[in-house]
Amino acid sequence: MSTATFQIWRGERGSGKFVDYTTEYEAGMVVLDVVHRIQAAQANDMAVRWNCKAGKCGSCSAEINGKPRLMCMTRLNQLDLTQAVTVEPMKTFPHVKDLVTDVSWNYEVKKKIQKFTPRKPDAPDGTWRVQQADVDRPQEFRKCIECFLCQDVCHVLRDHNLHDKFIGPRFLIHTAQLEMNPIDAGDRLKALKDDYNIGYCNITKCCTKVCPEEIKITDNAIIPLKERVVDEFYDPLGGLFKVFR
Amino acid sequence: MADYPVHEYDVLVIGAGGAGLRAAIESSAAGAKTGVVTKSLLGKAHTVMAEGGMAAAMGNVDERDNWRVHFADTMRGGQYLNNCRMAELHAQEAPARVKELEAWGAIFDRTKDGRILQRNFGGHRYPRLAHVGDRTGLEMIRTLQDHGIHQGIEVHAEHTILTLLKDGGRCVGAFGYDREKGRFHLFHAKAVVLATGGIGRAFQVTSNSWEYTADGQALAYQAGAALLDMEFVQFHPTGMVWPPSVKGILVTEGVRGEGGVLRNKEGKRFMFDDIPENYRSQTADTPEEGWRYTQGDKSARRPPELLTRDHVARCINREVRAGRGSPHGGVFLDIAWIKEKLPNAAEHIKKKLPSMYHQFKQLADLDITQEPMEIGPTTHYMMGGVQVDGDTQMSAVPGLFAAGECAAGLHGANRLGGNSLSDLLVFGKRAGEYAAKFAKENSAGKINSAEVEAAAKRAVEPFERGAAGENPFAVQHELQEMMQKLVGIVRVENEMQDALSEIPKLQARAARAGIGGNREYNTGWHTALDLDNLLAISEIVAIAGIERKESRGAHFRDDYPDKSAEWGKYNLKITKGPDGKPSVERMPVCPLTDEMKKCIEEQK
Repeated sequence: MSTATFQIWRGERGSGKFVDYTTEYEAGMVVLDVVHRIQAAQANDMAVRWNCKAGKCGSCSAEINGKPRLMCMTRLNQLDLTQAVTVEPMKTFPHVKDLVTDVSWNYEVKKKIQKFTPRKPDAPDGTWRVQQADVDRPQEFRKCIECFLCQDVCHVLRDHNLHDKFIGPRFLIHTAQLEMNPIDAGDRLKALKDDYNIGYCNITKCCTKVCPEEIKITDNAIIPLKERVVDEFYDPLGGLFKVFR
Repeated sequence: MADYPVHEYDVLVIGAGGAGLRAAIESSAAGAKTGVVTKSLLGKAHTVMAEGGMAAAMGNVDERDNWRVHFADTMRGGQYLNNCRMAELHAQEAPARVKELEAWGAIFDRTKDGRILQRNFGGHRYPRLAHVGDRTGLEMIRTLQDHGIHQGIEVHAEHTILTLLKDGGRCVGAFGYDREKGRFHLFHAKAVVLATGGIGRAFQVTSNSWEYTADGQALAYQAGAALLDMEFVQFHPTGMVWPPSVKGILVTEGVRGEGGVLRNKEGKRFMFDDIPENYRSQTADTPEEGWRYTQGDKSARRPPELLTRDHVARCINREVRAGRGSPHGGVFLDIAWIKEKLPNAAEHIKKKLPSMYHQFKQLADLDITQEPMEIGPTTHYMMGGVQVDGDTQMSAVPGLFAAGECAAGLHGANRLGGNSLSDLLVFGKRAGEYAAKFAKENSAGKINSAEVEAAAKRAVEPFERGAAGENPFAVQHELQEMMQKLVGIVRVENEMQDALSEIPKLQARAARAGIGGNREYNTGWHTALDLDNLLAISEIVAIAGIERKESRGAHFRDDYPDKSAEWGKYNLKITKGPDGKPSVERMPVCPLTDEMKKCIEEQK
């Protein structure tokens, strides 16, 4: 058994500091195991969120050596343990305590997005006929586990603090899955332009890089949505076509 | 009474997994002001971990399927200890509940003709599980969550309930705290729905998260409701066994549904060695026939890997005990072998089982399209729970309802895979409907402030003892180790008696649990407060386990290895006796109607 040092952010509501913890570790462990071991033996009152421990619930988001990641899916053998490993809370959301942040803004944003609105069913029993090929794309977006790491890394939110204007990558893919669902009849293009401010995204793809579900957020969701907004509102030829339609 | 924030509701739902959210949606749709309390953030409950799918006899893939077959399968799987009325309602109503999810935005995998695709699963005669790859639970919880927030349900995220409040015999609310600030909250409600899930944290190797500390079962028991079938704890046959830190994490039955096979270290498919008599006529004779079944050949019968979970778990246990296990104490689950049968097997596996591929790649450095997985049994599901009326889901306490895993009845002695997600929907809806009805018919009850003050006083005691008190994490770990060893997958009388004598010692230590720091997001404090429920229910599991002197379904006793016809007539019902101790009673199983008997006969 070997030992490693972890520097974990301790403190409440913005104030705090890294505290060093040295602990033993074994092969196959992930960062969340180490945090739990420290919590059980050295720091009973340490705040950390977790649930499934298998990369499916998106609760244990944090910044490990400065990189936004899920603690449960970061294996120790991916880290340089000859140096202290830093673990700190996500920076884009208000700090609560230790590794826990207040992510409630995300839940408020979702409420503002027009809900799923089904078209008329295809069959008399109230069901729809939809081909698998037509739902592959929205299914990709529905893999999202709402860990909010993409929100954490998005510079529009992280550096420019435009939480009141921009919905962030998580909710752009949420909007995309609704827009691309063949059963949905809603239209969110105007809202994408005016309320969700998709224009703020300048496709640096940071969100795609940190997505633990490997959803191609920028290429498969944001860019196609941007194109549709452009077609709808900024295409002079298309506008003319609509007049005569 | 101190000045706690008071939240007034018609219906209060405790728990925000599939059952809780479905109940809240129904109650709110019926016009009842509905609040939901959840220990975690919204959308993180254990439902999210469900992989394989939800069972509903829609007959989209095999038109021979209908509710009668589903009913018979559920009863056979439960070894006929099920509440047959619940099994009937479940089989009849599940298809409508699944279709409803699609109308709320869920996107299921499709058949070639564009309908909802269904897959094979253990104990189900026909392909019956509506699914989305191997992340069906996520699809379900997200759909309910997104539908619910647009319907005016109020969610109290990261709140824990300490006690239910009563006015005379009736449940009139609940008292608890928010995890973030550690403040107490009073929930005043005309009806309360428990949807708190299972008890997995009582065991060491479990697929359950920290939340599953038997809260609903314990709250109901303390409030005077009866518990049923508490000896039946399901050990899922396939959990990860390596690396140690992920031991217990679930590997979906879907792997076997897609053609995965179980082998011991000698490379032998040992499941063919032991096929129970009542399943023999439905089980494949050869590996070839089993393979054809998984690929949709309607003339083939299911491979023995798809027998019920209790049986598969015991066979794996037998191989390991006989020294034929894998290097880390499990057996091999092999899906990679299908490359002998399919040209593009690796891609096919990744498409059908994406999160399993991901999970093993990331956590165990193993590519399941190339190598077999090592797996072993893991504590997964509690068949027992709060005794409820099959139609309304109301417990013996008026105004107190329960649905989903924390309620008992549907699954009897063993739950079939896929019947849990459909259970959540069918009985979540019913609980919400009847709770709203109860709230309409009854005025708000009176809060007993002495009851509230006592709970508040008790809850802050760990701070008075401070960090010098017992470490709450250590007490929990010791309980888990003890239960795993003494009341686990194979049980004997004297070991369970040992467990019963250990529990009071742990209870004494839990009463001395202490914690430093303050009340803000203090996970040590939360763990200390969860101990009471976990210990009370662990004791009841052991008591029920000792009482049932036979082996049936998930309850396997080395000292009584056979099923007894006499014991097949009873469920065990446990209530809090006048002396404050659990009192056990044999309750005759729910009688089958003639129609039900016919359904079962048809499928023999």
